[in-house]
Amino acid sequence: MVDVHKHDIIIVGGGAAGLRAAIAAVEADPQVSVALVSKVYPMRSHTVSAEGGAAAVARPDDSLEMHGYDTVKGSDFLGDQDVIEYFVEEAPKELTRLEHWGCPWSRNDDGSVATRAFGGMTTKRTWYASDKVGFHMLHSLFQHSMQFDRIVRYDERFVTQLLIEDDGIKGVSALDVRTGNIEVFQARAVILATGGGGKIFPFTTNGNIKTGDGMALAYRNGVPLKDMEFVQYHPTGLPGTGILITEATRGEGGHLINSEGERFLVAYDYGVGNKAELGPRDMISRAIIQEIEAGRGLPGTYGEYVHLDLRHLGEDKIMKRLPFVRELATTYVGVDPVTTPIPIRPVVHYMMGGVDTDIDGLTRVGGLFAAGETACVSLNGANRLGSNSLTECLVFGARAGQRAVALSKETSDGNDVALRKRGFEEQERIDTLRGKKKGGEKLSHVRREMTTSMERGCGVYRTQDTMDATVQEIAQLKGRFADIALQDDSRVFNTEIIAALELGNMLDVAEAVANSAAYRKESRGAHTRRDHPTRDDQNYLHHTLVHFDPAGPRIDTSQVRLGHWEPEERKY
Amino acid sequence: MSSEVKKTFVVTRFDPDRDEEPRTDRYEVPVQPDWKVLDALNYIKDEIDSTLAHRWSCRMAVCGSCGMQVDGKPKLTCKDSLANYGDTVTVEPLANFPVVRDLVVEFEGFMEKFKSVKPWIIRAKERAVEEGTHRQSPAELEAFKQFSMCINCMLCYSACPAVSNEPEFAGPAAIALGHRYNLDSRDEGDSERLAAMRDEGFVYACSYANECSEVCPKNVDPAAAVNQSKLLATMDWMKGLVLPRGGK
Repeated sequence: MVDVHKHDIIIVGGGAAGLRAAIAAVEADPQVSVALVSKVYPMRSHTVSAEGGAAAVARPDDSLEMHGYDTVKGSDFLGDQDVIEYFVEEAPKELTRLEHWGCPWSRNDDGSVATRAFGGMTTKRTWYASDKVGFHMLHSLFQHSMQFDRIVRYDERFVTQLLIEDDGIKGVSALDVRTGNIEVFQARAVILATGGGGKIFPFTTNGNIKTGDGMALAYRNGVPLKDMEFVQYHPTGLPGTGILITEATRGEGGHLINSEGERFLVAYDYGVGNKAELGPRDMISRAIIQEIEAGRGLPGTYGEYVHLDLRHLGEDKIMKRLPFVRELATTYVGVDPVTTPIPIRPVVHYMMGGVDTDIDGLTRVGGLFAAGETACVSLNGANRLGSNSLTECLVFGARAGQRAVALSKETSDGNDVALRKRGFEEQERIDTLRGKKKGGEKLSHVRREMTTSMERGCGVYRTQDTMDATVQEIAQLKGRFADIALQDDSRVFNTEIIAALELGNMLDVAEAVANSAAYRKESRGAHTRRDHPTRDDQNYLHHTLVHFDPAGPRIDTSQVRLGHWEPEERKY
Repeated sequence: MSSEVKKTFVVTRFDPDRDEEPRTDRYEVPVQPDWKVLDALNYIKDEIDSTLAHRWSCRMAVCGSCGMQVDGKPKLTCKDSLANYGDTVTVEPLANFPVVRDLVVEFEGFMEKFKSVKPWIIRAKERAVEEGTHRQSPAELEAFKQFSMCINCMLCYSACPAVSNEPEFAGPAAIALGHRYNLDSRDEGDSERLAAMRDEGFVYACSYANECSEVCPKNVDPAAAVNQSKLLATMDWMKGLVLPRGGK
């Protein structure tokens, strides 16, 4: 027996993008039936961990043109400019909607929404709710969504396959974590909104659930992943855990300090320019690594670090604007930022790349969409500006939701019998894998070797040799993964088989990142090569596409859609 | 690292397909000085016994997944330092919930109660995007902000004596979240919510134990929300008696 659930639209993932898509769908058509399928309860989604804010023009001294230019420049001219123009125009509307839905945005004294400074943004345009913006956005969206009965939640379901027929996607199969049963979800449009895959790295701000599931599902089903070499290192993570310390610390006036007590972004020329601490993330992360390599880091249990100094902001401002930072630093490194600088290191935070989509979030498989970090709609190019991604989830989640409704009316249902049969086959595959004692490899060890290799080959600074080595190692690890032994043969809440399925997804995403990185022989945005230190517009002003092939990935390219902002040297 | 200490973890195990009753397994774990309880559970999962089932994700005390009883008290295990414990640490699933497996509990009941307080902005007429954002003063924001900080971790339900004795009781987190909207200057749905709150036991079953606020890892103070809601629900009812059309 395989349970079948029929809906018009399936959304995989219950974070900001998935919830916004679900709400947009029922707003567009109150009769539409939406399945919200997530491997966790929506409020556990990783959107919850975002801290600093969401960008949208709000002040009289700002303009859509300025937000657009900042984003293009931040992307090192690899963002598609039609996408960026649409994004900056929709951004204020989306954040306003969220205000109407209860998001507790911080306020100016006159009751208007307050904005703060962020890296690479020329003026204050980052809306915030103290320093728990992702948390408040996620809970506002989730709570708002609870009033719509047409949004049917399927919590703790892990999607295992996309069910695609000749004319497009017709559903997904998912493992009910509580029962161990495969269920078939049928629909005429599917939106992947599962976030990124930071867990392919050992040191990341990302939570345990960020395993690139949607990216891997699309990749294995004929949709290329785009610009995967661009992995964002956030400058300020806590050593050891990788817990994020928001960029808002610098937006509110915090300083980065080396072992000699210098504000090194000001004292040395690291290309960040006059903005110093308000430079973009890629440049500041590189500056920190160079500072440490120059012998001006501080020694620690988890490697060398530098200091983030907030003391001069004073206790009042820290408690008002950055209370979560204080809680995190106190709890996880035993440092009270009111009196002591916080140790920080650059940490893997975000994937600019993702599932190749058009501006609607539609992929080349009919009816299959992606939105949020999962997607590469080409807003962020080679480097995302802080506070653009929460807004991206709303703007492109909404658009995907609306387009999915329209498209679901034009397409026909899949073949019931064939889809049910796929469900049976999937149940058999899962039952065989569960508790598979035969095998010489240990899941957690294969996972650790993958993350170690990714850090070595695809870190802040890269060279051909180390990237090529990682490409080889990931290919070998995929072979070894096939030989893992699993101990847990219980059907009920078997987190070991989920971890195994997640590792399979992560290895595919890691393969895509490493192969894309090894392909691009220039430095642009977050992809920085010691052996090719400059940008090469002649040969590489294009997107990288990586296609899945059982014999090994295939690289292809697509054009960057330029517009009225001409590529120029990226200086701050 | 050098300063390695070993601690013994006594962990509740339960697989409904196999076990009549919960049992315990003991694991010896080499712990680091900066570890939280969750780090030890993940070590067990990765290195000793991969059949252990527990929920976790953000490991920074905001996603609310990893609540458990540690030495008998409800804790967010990613925030709870092992340095606070002795050589032997017991880890059990949260109390007052059915157990799905091992350390994983069923909280669908909460999700129902949560929905019943209508935790969303209710307005007679929806505001159009073109009208821009509401004006809300910092003081008006402050009035509800604390109650919006709930991460749904369920520690308060685990600690609450009324939750275990009174099935009609909505529980601390659900009431705090309903109250959060009642206090929001943008909302007009308080009468609707307060009417629901006047249902048998819904808020009134609270026995002022204050345990919820003591265990809350986010200082939401749900006990204050429950007490204020009792008062508001009663006042709203009296308003209906005294004034025609409920005072509107």
